[in-house]
Amino acid sequence: MTDLSLSNQTIAGKTAPPSEARALRLPTQWIGVAPFFIFAVMFLILPTLYLMLGAFQNEAGEFTLENLIALSEPNIVAAYLISIKVSLASALIGAFAGLAIAVAIVRGGLPNWIRSATLTFSGVASNFAGVPLAFAFLATLGRLGLATVILNTVFGLNIYAHGFNILSFWGLTLTYVYFQIPLMVVIIVPAIDGLKKEWGEAAATLGATTAQYWRMVVIPVIWPSFLGTVILLFANAFGAIATAYALTGSSLNIVPILLYAQIRGDVLHNAHLGYAIAFGMIVITGLANVFYIWFRTRSERWLK
Amino acid sequence: MKTGRFWAWVVFILGAAYFFIPLIATAEFSMRMRRGAYSFDAYQIVLGDARFQATFMYSVVAAIFTIILGVLVVVPAAYWIRLRLPQLRPIVEFITLLPLVIPAIVIVFGYIRMYGSNSPLPFLANDTATNALLVIGYATLSLPYMYRAVDTGLRTIDVRTLTEAAQILGAGWSTIITRVILPNVLIAVLSGAFLTFAIVIGEFTMASLLNRPAFGPYLQNIGANRAYEPAALAIIAFAITWGCMSLIQILSRFAPKSANRPN
Repeated sequence: MTDLSLSNQTIAGKTAPPSEARALRLPTQWIGVAPFFIFAVMFLILPTLYLMLGAFQNEAGEFTLENLIALSEPNIVAAYLISIKVSLASALIGAFAGLAIAVAIVRGGLPNWIRSATLTFSGVASNFAGVPLAFAFLATLGRLGLATVILNTVFGLNIYAHGFNILSFWGLTLTYVYFQIPLMVVIIVPAIDGLKKEWGEAAATLGATTAQYWRMVVIPVIWPSFLGTVILLFANAFGAIATAYALTGSSLNIVPILLYAQIRGDVLHNAHLGYAIAFGMIVITGLANVFYIWFRTRSERWLK
Repeated sequence: MKTGRFWAWVVFILGAAYFFIPLIATAEFSMRMRRGAYSFDAYQIVLGDARFQATFMYSVVAAIFTIILGVLVVVPAAYWIRLRLPQLRPIVEFITLLPLVIPAIVIVFGYIRMYGSNSPLPFLANDTATNALLVIGYATLSLPYMYRAVDTGLRTIDVRTLTEAAQILGAGWSTIITRVILPNVLIAVLSGAFLTFAIVIGEFTMASLLNRPAFGPYLQNIGANRAYEPAALAIIAFAITWGCMSLIQILSRFAPKSANRPN
């Protein structure tokens, strides 16, 4: 507050008498952003803090670490592990596939309409998540799904006999990839566009081969935004619940589904353990985003 | 270069296959309801279902209120930061990114515990207040998209000059915002609005945990109990998402092109 009034006085000193400035400017200075900050504090920051503090309290409101220690129960650890595995696998597959598609449509010499069609479709598909996406994959790779049936009747390959199940780790990962790839394409295409033509020409002038140009110029420049996006995709999958819930019910024990069951019916018989699970989720996505911001600032040095 | 183009085609075709096969499979599955012939029976049943109509309308209304709330919260803040408080930009951008960091299920869990019936602000005490809390939650979810859209829109106009010109002509703040700034960023606001609509219309987690009769929980319920209707609903949902994104694309053609002003 103090340095605010100070800066106001220095501005006011040039334009108006200080007394008048203090009376008129202070309220209006903040009034425009006030609704935003009140909203954010009440409905974003306080509820989250409430849970984070609750994770360190017992039923009587006393400080305790027991809830966090209780996170080491085998079914909770298993839930975190499978969540991290699904998120990581879908983020990596989505990132590499998305990068390949992005490079193909920007640098591959494909007709121009393919680029714009792919970008439009990516905008749609990256937002096509949740319950309907689960329905689409059940209709495709479920036991009676079109792909399952065609693979069986035409190619004689019964994927369910070979251990595949849509209600499993790989089934969920393959489904998540459907919104991860388009998200990668949408984010990484501007980065690839940011590669300046001059760099390629300069490399060629210095006698670099295409492979050298990629290894020494393209990959180092794209690398930070690529890694950053991988992390964003990870966080994106880690918090998602609707797709998994509609796809597998509660048969796949991932963290959001465990938390969902806990909120609905206190399945863990300890309300504050729910807070601890939420706290763990925030820590994981929070850490992921710290890395994201770090990579992002590194990539912006080149892509201005 | 020729081999490069060959591989580009391979990648593109593989990608297209991965993205189109589920859509084709879903469309095919949704028409298989009548034995031995393709039909639109599943669509007829779904569209004729009174609960479909009720929950869909509920979510449309929720989306509209979400957009209004989002605009009221975001537009003044984004405008004011461009005009007067640029030093707050990093803080505001960080806050608008938080909903991408904190999962929706955690946010709504916080609401349930903080605004329960016994709290000073009992949002869960009655239906109207819970509906309001759902809209608030949706506005929180859409904050990153709304803020980005509006801020991009503001970047293309000269906020300072427009504001000063309006002030010289004697306009007050409400006039400046509603008759000068808003019309100029209308297209950006509408893009954010359609994106919000696409996110909100089938949202499951918040609606389900707040026990609201919204479209998302209805979808989940049908998926657990029916065979062909879910596929039809998936196609309808995809069409809605597609519609929203197309509208954004069409709108972007009308957006002012005078970008890259120094301000």
